[in-house]
Amino acid sequence: MTFTLNDDARMLRETARDFFREQAPVSRLRKLRDAKKNGRDPELWREMSALGLAGVIVHEDFGGAGLGFVALGAVLEEAGRTLVASPLHSSACVGASALMLAGTQAQNAEWLPKIASGEVIATLAVDEGAHHTPGVSELKASGGKISGEKRYVADGHIADLFIVAGQEGALYLVAADAKGLSRRELVTADSRGAADVKFDNVAAEPMDGGVDALDAILDRARIGLAAEMLGQASEAFEITSEYLKTRRQFGQPIGGFQALQHRAAKLFTDLELTRSCVLAALDAVDRGSNDVAEYASVAKARAGETLHHATNEMVQLHGGIGMTDEHDAGFYLKRARVVEALYGSASFHRDRYASLLGF
Amino acid sequence: MPDLETFRDETRAWLEANCPQSMRTPLTGEDEIVWGGRKASFPSEDARLWLERMGAKGWTAPTWPKEYGGGGLSADENRVLQQELKRINARPALFSFGIWMLGPVLLEYATEEQKKEHLPKIARGEIRWCQGYSEPGAGSDLAGLQTKCEDKGDHWLINGQKVWTSYANYADWCFCLVRTDASVKHEGISFVLIDMETPGVETRPIKLISGSSPFCETFFTDVKIPKGNMVGRLNGGWEIAKRLLQYERTNISGFGSNTRVDVVDVAKTHVGLEDGVLADRDLRARIAQHKMFERAYALTTQRAQEEAKAGGNVSHMASMFKVAGATLNQERCELMLEAAGNRGLGWSGEGFAPDELAITRGWLRSKGNSIEGGTTEVNLNVVAKRVLGLRDTQ
Repeated sequence: MTFTLNDDARMLRETARDFFREQAPVSRLRKLRDAKKNGRDPELWREMSALGLAGVIVHEDFGGAGLGFVALGAVLEEAGRTLVASPLHSSACVGASALMLAGTQAQNAEWLPKIASGEVIATLAVDEGAHHTPGVSELKASGGKISGEKRYVADGHIADLFIVAGQEGALYLVAADAKGLSRRELVTADSRGAADVKFDNVAAEPMDGGVDALDAILDRARIGLAAEMLGQASEAFEITSEYLKTRRQFGQPIGGFQALQHRAAKLFTDLELTRSCVLAALDAVDRGSNDVAEYASVAKARAGETLHHATNEMVQLHGGIGMTDEHDAGFYLKRARVVEALYGSASFHRDRYASLLGF
Repeated sequence: MPDLETFRDETRAWLEANCPQSMRTPLTGEDEIVWGGRKASFPSEDARLWLERMGAKGWTAPTWPKEYGGGGLSADENRVLQQELKRINARPALFSFGIWMLGPVLLEYATEEQKKEHLPKIARGEIRWCQGYSEPGAGSDLAGLQTKCEDKGDHWLINGQKVWTSYANYADWCFCLVRTDASVKHEGISFVLIDMETPGVETRPIKLISGSSPFCETFFTDVKIPKGNMVGRLNGGWEIAKRLLQYERTNISGFGSNTRVDVVDVAKTHVGLEDGVLADRDLRARIAQHKMFERAYALTTQRAQEEAKAGGNVSHMASMFKVAGATLNQERCELMLEAAGNRGLGWSGEGFAPDELAITRGWLRSKGNSIEGGTTEVNLNVVAKRVLGLRDTQ
């Protein structure tokens, strides 16, 4: 196991960091929201794709960079830092993983190059209720057609291709423009949008699915998302820590007060521990570890708890300004709750981890 | 690395030949720990032999130079040694404050003569050390210590009292912080070494809430020590004191942990499973959260080691590990107690199994984890200031 980035991953991280800082700071998300774009920013996705960010994990034969999850995680973490509004996680992480793990040769040949180039945005449609319950599906499949409904599909409103999870982990590929597919766009608190997607006797191409394949895809989704969340939490913490040094009350920086110092130190400790879990999980995917499921649940649960903690502290330690729309704290807070729930809350993963450990 | 693999083969062969079979089983209790020293007690002849062999090899202090009784191993070789020891479940041959805390600072600050005098005896387990830091009036504010050390020409004269001196009643020597200048605070502290057999040294054990007495009060009344027993320069002890605390904090966050027993097993036994799932769902979720914390802590330790190996400075992380380690162990002990139900509430006697009694005692002992070696609050101060750069109120 290693926690250290190799040269490829380090270079990619630097490229991503510079690009996001310059081209996609939080103000870009704010502008999208103000313009009521509901997270749509095709120009940004084109630029990211041109940098190769849509195909980090896709094999070179399909036009990707052929790097692993450690490299992708580094990009996701940087994207999380500035709340980049893009389908990076949905498509470059989850969509690509779904095809790589469960796509037939023909499906991979058709879709992976398009995903890697950013031309096609893919996403996974799995949950059917208010919570992440991947084991439960009422999707009906017969004669090459599927019927059913998926809720709060991440980037579902901008996706071109759906990977749809059915009963017993069955997986189907459905193009967004397929006949019988309808979507209701959701305007969400994080200004990123999502969609409920309805399938009414839609022609669907079966993949090499199954419960194990779905679990493996979901674990990659969770680990990638945990990396994005780590970036968000780190940035929320650093902005807050900086504020403690500059905001003055009672004639001194408020960071001089021990009550606040201890809160900052605890949050820092929490972040450091979570960082280890996320890095270990990314590395576990690349190593082909047998314990990816355990790593995934630990990473997602801890990232969820840490981000929850970090964003709440961000608002509170900023005081009144943290409650204003003018400040970025609200953007971090709102995005936090979305990703905390996506692919399983901390509570979901505690339950799963206990089962994995046999109690 | 072919050299490292050769070393692994040699190490494995040596351990196979020299580690007694009975030393390849987990420790079953505190009374089986070997601390060495002039008054050393060994739970078995095998334990004595194991220390003797490991000490002679220098593998009780694997990375110390050979000339000072260490093993002279590189960090990589030491990692191999630790892996091989773990592979056969070998017990630590020696528990030692001398190795964990004093040795590293002697290597850094002591004179050649002092190193030659003390380090080999530490490595072989011949001399057991205790730590004279805290005083009744100097706990978290350690630099407020008052134990007086006066220059009497051909010797130092020491008067004062230390408290929370771990195992002072069993120790042969004490590394001690003393005041050599009362007109300044941090700059008036020196670091001295005191033979506990010197006239005027007295110890009195303190009984803790757990019923055990791992700590003492230590009194110094007109204690004369040679001039050569000061480490570092006069009034230069605070720097050494802080460095030693880093070693201490990295080493001791988990005292009182009975790591042989897993909280999950305790819960399975005393709460039970329903359809393969712990019957108390609320407790189950909290144990799962704890197990994630445990995993996160272990991974972070691994990461810090990797970063240290790559040349990163991780010494400032000691306080963070101390805080997290204490919290983790206390949480673990509380969960064990809760999971054991009334079986975790025994104190003594036949009504409870030894493992059950250990839960109660371990839980009480763990309350000290966030106090000893720097309280959680003091360590959070260190993180805030040294790591986050938050300045104190002026």
